[in-house]
Amino acid sequence: MVAEKARVLNLVQAINEALDLALARDERVLVFGEDVGRLGGVFRVTEGLQAKYGEGRVFDTPLAESGILGLAIGLAMGGMRPVAEIQFAGFLYPALDQILSHLGRWRHRSRGWVGLPVVVRAPYGGGVHTPEQHADSPEALLAHTPGIKVVIPSSPERAKGLLLAAIEDEDPVFFLEAIKLYRGVRAEVPEGYYTLPLGRARVVREGKHATLIGYGGMVEVMLEAATVAAKEGVQVMVVDLETLVPLDEDTLLEVVRETGRAVVVYEAMRTGGFGAEIAARIAEGAIDHLQAPVVRVAGYDAPYPPFSAIEHHYRPNARRVLAALRRVLTY
Amino acid sequence: MKPKVIRYLDKGEFPIGEGEALALYRAMRRARFFDEKALLLQRQGRLGVYAPFMGQEAAQVGVALALGEKDFVVPSYRESAMLLARGLPIHTLILYWRAHPAGWRFPEGVRAVNPYIPIATQIPQAVGLALAGRYRGEGWVVATSIGDGGTSEGDFHEGLNFAAVFDAPVVFLVQNNGYAISVPRHRQMRVDYIARRAEGYGIPGVVVDGNDAFAVYLEAKKVVERARRGEGPTLLEALTYRLAPHTTSDDPSRYRTREEEEAWRAKDPILRLRKALEERGLWGVEAEEALLGELEEEFAREVALADQAPEPTPEMMVEHVYAQMGPDQRRAWEALRQGKHVEELW
Ligand SMILES: Cc1ncc(C[n+]2csc(CCOP(=O)(O)OP(=O)(O)O)c2C)c(N)n1
Repeated sequence: MVAEKARVLNLVQAINEALDLALARDERVLVFGEDVGRLGGVFRVTEGLQAKYGEGRVFDTPLAESGILGLAIGLAMGGMRPVAEIQFAGFLYPALDQILSHLGRWRHRSRGWVGLPVVVRAPYGGGVHTPEQHADSPEALLAHTPGIKVVIPSSPERAKGLLLAAIEDEDPVFFLEAIKLYRGVRAEVPEGYYTLPLGRARVVREGKHATLIGYGGMVEVMLEAATVAAKEGVQVMVVDLETLVPLDEDTLLEVVRETGRAVVVYEAMRTGGFGAEIAARIAEGAIDHLQAPVVRVAGYDAPYPPFSAIEHHYRPNARRVLAALRRVLTY
Repeated sequence: MKPKVIRYLDKGEFPIGEGEALALYRAMRRARFFDEKALLLQRQGRLGVYAPFMGQEAAQVGVALALGEKDFVVPSYRESAMLLARGLPIHTLILYWRAHPAGWRFPEGVRAVNPYIPIATQIPQAVGLALAGRYRGEGWVVATSIGDGGTSEGDFHEGLNFAAVFDAPVVFLVQNNGYAISVPRHRQMRVDYIARRAEGYGIPGVVVDGNDAFAVYLEAKKVVERARRGEGPTLLEALTYRLAPHTTSDDPSRYRTREEEEAWRAKDPILRLRKALEERGLWGVEAEEALLGELEEEFAREVALADQAPEPTPEMMVEHVYAQMGPDQRRAWEALRQGKHVEELW
């Protein structure tokens, strides 16, 4: 169900529009977090929503992440559909206990009696010269938690439909928004209410020589590398995973089987990152089709560096992706 | 200035209706009966690790009975008495302590959620549940419980602060039994009464003799009504003592003295209430025997029910992780159902 008219919006506007539509459509939807009300969020993602829906439905909480997650859990238990914002994904850590011990576990520990339709939105990732702790990519921590879903959109029109699907979903969904993309990407976004299914990876560029696999802020980096490679006659397939949990393993294996060579790109630290999961799945399911080892392009095993001076060394860029491509192509 | 500790028993006061007093006694005695039997079952290997509440019946039952039908309790692991008083069937509670999946799903209509194992994490959730009742126009009140040690956790603070800011209809029961496993209250905090902390959140704090069922029940009724009127949360501190070990794996002789335990045994909340009932001619040996007979029968029936629960199957492990099974659970489920492990399906 996709509405016809489309306008060009950035990621912030698209997500704002999705929240607006969700609030209008379902009285049980609540939007809350630090500074989301009067200010409209530090990135203005919730701008105008409090004025439109009132302080009962869009509200500021005290500055306490565990409290925000706990509140969301209790609200969902009581039949509401909370959409909580954590100001930066790096500040999810104070709430990890609520997430790991409860949000992901309640349905299971109650044998399906208590389901928690909670959405947690959080900006993540680097590339915009933020201070310490503001660029973390904790998706692997979340993906490692049974019972929660993890969605990371890479474009405005996808973000809108995926967020609306996340809000409709009966399970807790983490919706991570790449800060670099907030105002850095613009695209045609259909008007009106529409959802896009969770749990599907999509091919954003076709190619037969190698496959690049990533998500969120890395999709544009992969596309940039693919464009450069094309000039050298190498056709690279680019896959946007979009949902990390549940993972679309079928699509993943299919595309790797087609090209026989794969590079996984993610901006978290390398060890134990989600790229390791992808590489392992490929090894388990498509080893016979591989013509080279799966190579990861990732952050370093160190905290994400604050401010601008050395950040670009940490966050994967097209140059590093091209180097990895060269490695798998010449193996 | 020390807060006033509210107390009625042992002063010859009888401030509540006789029917209510009897209901309190019966529920407390039933809970104690369960606790004693649960310890025996555990020793026979027919229960997992169990957390007894013996000595804290007045605090738990007093609050549970002060709630209305639509109100919720959000308990911690030691609140079995509260759950029983809220109507959780004994066989479900037994299955819960057997870690049997059938004990994880509470029957429809029981206004209580599964007990929490991590300390203090239920506190902000209770606030959310209370607010949901307000949004939905149902106006339910939530009573949640925590120990003295639990009040040191960050979530206790976050939850109380949230409740205060949002005027949430919550009663925070602190069962101050003097110990967090082995750590005594004075090594846990530097305040004498936990209720003092309430002032830091801008909410009322009340201290009751937690072994005095009248005191707990009457104060709980007041603060539940206060919450229901929209006047916000209250911290209710019940001074009490657990007469048994922390759990069935604990050895309290390593951290407390026999004299201390004996002194508290003399303040057993069940004996104190019974004495008040007897003085008023409401209770006696015969009534007690009749009640114990009933409880014995009920318990035997309920254990039999629990024993009939079918053995859990391995594929249950991956059920109910999500509303709909994802591909990874589905594959594991198929394998486990065929008596295999997932690796064998490749
Ligand atoms: C977050 C967390 N840390 C540690 C534990 C282990 N633990 C279980 S009970 C307990 C002491 C709790 O004491 P208190 O809050 O006073 O409650 P009581 O057991 O006396 O009822 C501890 C440390 C836990 N369950 N959760």
